[in-house]
Amino acid sequence: MSEPKKLMEAADIARALKRVAHEIIERNRGLDNVVLVGIRTRGVPLSARIASHFEAIENQTVPLGALDIALHRDDFHLRAAPPQKTAIPCDISGKVVILVDDVLFTGRTIRAALDALNDFGRPASVQLAVLVDRGHRELPIRADFVGKNAPTSHEEKVSVRLQEIDGEDEVLILTADERG
Amino acid sequence: MKRKHLLGLADVSATEITQILDTAEAMREVLSRPIKKTPALRGKSVCTLFFEPSTRTRASFEMAAKTLSADTSSLTVATSSVSKGETLKDTLLTMAAMGAGCFVIRHPSSGACELAASFSQKFGYDFHIVNAGDGCHEHPTQGLLDLLTIRQHKGEIAGLKVTMIGDLLHSRVARSNVHGLLKMGADLTLCGPQTLLPPEFGLLDLKMTHDCDEAIEGADVVMTLRLQNERMNGVFLPSVREFAALYGINARRLKRAKSDAILMHPGPINRGVEISDDVADGGQSVILNQVTNGVAVRMAVLYGLLGGEEN
Repeated sequence: MSEPKKLMEAADIARALKRVAHEIIERNRGLDNVVLVGIRTRGVPLSARIASHFEAIENQTVPLGALDIALHRDDFHLRAAPPQKTAIPCDISGKVVILVDDVLFTGRTIRAALDALNDFGRPASVQLAVLVDRGHRELPIRADFVGKNAPTSHEEKVSVRLQEIDGEDEVLILTADERG
Repeated sequence: MKRKHLLGLADVSATEITQILDTAEAMREVLSRPIKKTPALRGKSVCTLFFEPSTRTRASFEMAAKTLSADTSSLTVATSSVSKGETLKDTLLTMAAMGAGCFVIRHPSSGACELAASFSQKFGYDFHIVNAGDGCHEHPTQGLLDLLTIRQHKGEIAGLKVTMIGDLLHSRVARSNVHGLLKMGADLTLCGPQTLLPPEFGLLDLKMTHDCDEAIEGADVVMTLRLQNERMNGVFLPSVREFAALYGINARRLKRAKSDAILMHPGPINRGVEISDDVADGGQSVILNQVTNGVAVRMAVLYGLLGGEEN
């Protein structure tokens, strides 16, 4: 069996996140109204890294939240994912919420996240930042900020591994066999 | 959760208990939100079937189900056809035929929930059963909410000295807690008058005593149980006053426990009997935390039972 294909190295991830941070600042003309919300699990450390880029670039701290979408998924009847805690640090009404996730695939996670956010207020707008957009959308959803666009086949799996959770930074593309 | 019913904690593993408690922690966060509603159980129908009175358990299950967007219906004996002699089986099948997919049952007979579970899939209807207290057998969600409360205040349950005091003979709360606490590795002491402390408990890995002061000495958790007058068909106690004097928890007695010990009671409280007013409403009492945790734990149980299996 061949080695899984490496889509991004640690340095690629770092560069992509830095660029995404710049793009968010540019698009929103600063960070005054911005709230970062990472989608559990790997969106959370990614959002923290973007927040530290904000501090380096603009010398500004933005509120940082974590969103769990288990209770809003549309596949509960197939698989009840164990829910984790959601932590939204402030009232998001009137704010620009930047949702952060590792991989944008079908769009169903984002649909659930948009739904879950609703319970915490009515943001002025919601923007989406992802490390990898791998295509194959099943819902009319797109990302505003993308670390890397990666054409994949439907059977492949994109595995984002992060220092904070997995002990190293890399993005792999696994084939159906490699997924086990 | 890979189970269909929750009938008791006797057959729930420590790993599974930990999973339920972790899920309940997430559910508690949901309960602290401005909008306490999530769509997870949309379209599911939960029926509470109470053959005995209840305030907190039934309200708690209904709030849990509603917070997760399930539809609820509730039957009570006095106002249902049970008072005309309809059996448990026919009541279940009737409600199942109307679409109820999960029954939360409280019944005066031990084993009623197991019987109810045996009807699922047999008569063309598939449903889940959650035991909300059957006779003197088990009350698993109370056991779970007590474990959650202890974990919340004390962190790790393993190694804690837990003392359970009072009417252990009739208490289904005690039975669920004994199973749960032993599985989680607590150091357990049971205490009550001879007539209310069945010797069979001695088969388990725990201590038993009739001396309340000795039982409380150095405890991390003091759990009092309600004196179940409605289940006492014989003479178990010379008098309630004597029980209160020997086994009631008051400030003086509670001083024997660790200074940061928590005091628990499953409710309803017989104030001045198992527990005096000053300690029931005092700083060490976590009785109302138990109630809040009850909703979170029941959300976790319903979510786990009604959801698909994890792959």
